[in-house]
Amino acid sequence: MTDAPPVATRGLVKRYGEIVAVNGVDLTVEPGDVFGYLGPNGAGKTTLLRMLLGLIRPTAGSAELFGRNPIVEGARALDGVAGFVEGPRFYPYLSGRKNLRLLADYDDGHSRSRIDEVLELVELRDRAKDRVGGYSHGMRQRLGIAASLLRQPRLLLLDEPTTGLDPAGMRDMRDLVRRLAREGITILLSSHLLYEVEELCNRVAIIRKGSIVYAGPLGDLLATATTGYRLRATEPERAHLLALAHSGIDQTVLVDSELRFKADDSAVAALTIALGQARIGITTLVHETASLEELFLGLTGGESSDHDREAVA
Amino acid sequence: MTAVTKVYRWEIVKLLAQKRTYLGLGAAMLVPLIFVIVLVIQSGGPNDVPLGRYIRETGLATPFVVLFFMSIWGFPLITALVAGDIVASESHNGTLKTILTRSRERGEIFMGKVLASLTYTLAVVVAMAVVGLIAATIAWGFHPLTSLSGTKVSAGHGFALLLASLAVYVLPLAGIAAFGLLLSTVTRNSAASVVGTLMWALLMQLLGVLPGTDSVRAYLLGTQFEAWHGFLRIPADWSPVIRALWVCALYIGLPLAAAYVVFLRRDVADE
Repeated sequence: MTDAPPVATRGLVKRYGEIVAVNGVDLTVEPGDVFGYLGPNGAGKTTLLRMLLGLIRPTAGSAELFGRNPIVEGARALDGVAGFVEGPRFYPYLSGRKNLRLLADYDDGHSRSRIDEVLELVELRDRAKDRVGGYSHGMRQRLGIAASLLRQPRLLLLDEPTTGLDPAGMRDMRDLVRRLAREGITILLSSHLLYEVEELCNRVAIIRKGSIVYAGPLGDLLATATTGYRLRATEPERAHLLALAHSGIDQTVLVDSELRFKADDSAVAALTIALGQARIGITTLVHETASLEELFLGLTGGESSDHDREAVA
Repeated sequence: MTAVTKVYRWEIVKLLAQKRTYLGLGAAMLVPLIFVIVLVIQSGGPNDVPLGRYIRETGLATPFVVLFFMSIWGFPLITALVAGDIVASESHNGTLKTILTRSRERGEIFMGKVLASLTYTLAVVVAMAVVGLIAATIAWGFHPLTSLSGTKVSAGHGFALLLASLAVYVLPLAGIAAFGLLLSTVTRNSAASVVGTLMWALLMQLLGVLPGTDSVRAYLLGTQFEAWHGFLRIPADWSPVIRALWVCALYIGLPLAAAYVVFLRRDVADE
C-alpha cells in the first residue's frame, strides 16, 4: 500500500447526461512530482480533482490516492492528502483562526497545535482574528493553503491556486508551491496558466475535452518540438557561406540578414569558433524551441478560451 | 470526544455565529412576552383555546397557551429556518466540500447536523416556555393550574406537566426539522427548503381540518401538536401521547433516512 503512487487513475470517466466531462483518464503522479494538469477552461480539470477527493462519483473507472479509493474507503482514503477545488471556501462569519480550528477538529485534532505555524507560513497571523468574510481573494487562497498544510500532507491537490491573485500574490503563491515541493510534498497542480506550469512542474498532462492528449515529463514534451537557431553576424553573407560549408549545420537560410539553421549543440559550438577564426563577429545567437504555448495549442487543437489567451500572452 | 460530538459542537458554534439563529430564537422569546403584556394591558383573553380561560389564574398557563398558538406556523417556521438551511447553505457557499475533504466521514457530518437541528428545535421551545413562564409569573403569580378536566393541580405538579408537555410537543417539531433536513439535502437551496418545509407543515395542519379526513387525522403530524393535552387531563390520558411517540418516530425517521442516503451518495460540486 505504501508503494502505491500518490495518484493513480484508471479509465476514469464522468458523464453528466450527454456531456462527458472526463473521458477515460489514466493518470499516475509519482512521489515528489510537481505535476501540472493542464487544459483549457471546461476541459474537465476540476471534475478530475473532485473525483480524486471523493466529492463526486466516477461514472466508470477508479481513482486512488496512495492506493486507496475515496469512494470505497471514504475519508480514510484522504489520509496524507489535502487541497482544494475551485478555490478554498470558508465560513465567512468565523475568523480565520476559528475556521482552521474547525478544520483541525475535522481532522485528527493533533493539527490544532500547528495553527500558528501554518498561519505564519502563509503570512496571515496578524489577520487571524478577523472574520474571513472581510478577507481579500488572495488572503482566502493563502488561508486555503494553510488549511491544507494543517494536515501535513504528502500529496497536495491545488486547483488553479493563483487564479484571481494580483501579480505579487501570484509570485508569492508560486514561491510557496516551490518551497513545499522542495520539502518533498507531491503536488498535483491544475492550471490553465502555461507559464505557471512551465515554471513549477516537472511533469505534465495536457487534456482536451476530458481526455489526456499528452502525459509525461515536461522536458520530453518540449524536446518533441522542432528546434533551431537564429544567428546575426557582422558579415551575414560570409557567415552564410561558412555555415553552408560547415558539417552538422542543416537547413541553412538567410532571411533579412539573419541566418537560420538547424544543428546539434556541438555543431553550433564548432560554427561559432569557425566564425571567430574567420573574424566574423556574432551579435546574436538564439536557440529557438517551440514554447509550451505552441505545443499546448497544437495538442488541444487551438482550443483555448479568451482567458487562456490573455494568460499566455 | 467522538467524531460526531466534535462535528456537533462545531455545528452549534456555526449556528451561534449566524444571525438567522437569533432571529428564530428571538421570535420564540418575544411572542410569549408580547402575549403577557397585551393580556396585562387588555381585558378578555383567548377563551376558546385549551387553558385560555385560566390564563390570569397562574403564570403556568401561559406557556401552554402559547404552545397552541405557535404550533400553527410560528414554531414550524422557526424550525424550518435552521433545518432547511443547515445543509443547503453549506452546499451553496462551497464549505461542504471543505469539510468533506478532511478526515470526517459523511455519515458523521450528517449526524452532527441532525443533532444540531434538533438541539435548536428544543432550544426555541424551551426558550419560549421559560420567557412565558417568567413573564406570566411576574404578572399573575405561580399558583395551582386548572387542568383540562377542570380540576386544580398544585403549582409544582403543573410545572412537571409543563415539562412533560414540552417534551411531547418537541416531537412533531422534530418531524418538521427532519423534513427540512431532507429538503435541504436534496434541493441544496436554502430558500426552497425553508419555504417547502413550512408549506409541508401547513399542509399537515390543513389536512387535519378538512372534512373527510377523520380516518387519517390521528396520524397527521399536525395532530401530534395536541398530544400534550393528554397530560393535562386528570387522570392523564396516555393514548395521544403514545400515538405521538410512534407517529412522530415515523415522521422523523423516514425523512432522515432518505436524507442520510442522499447525503452519503451525492456529488458535491459548486452550486
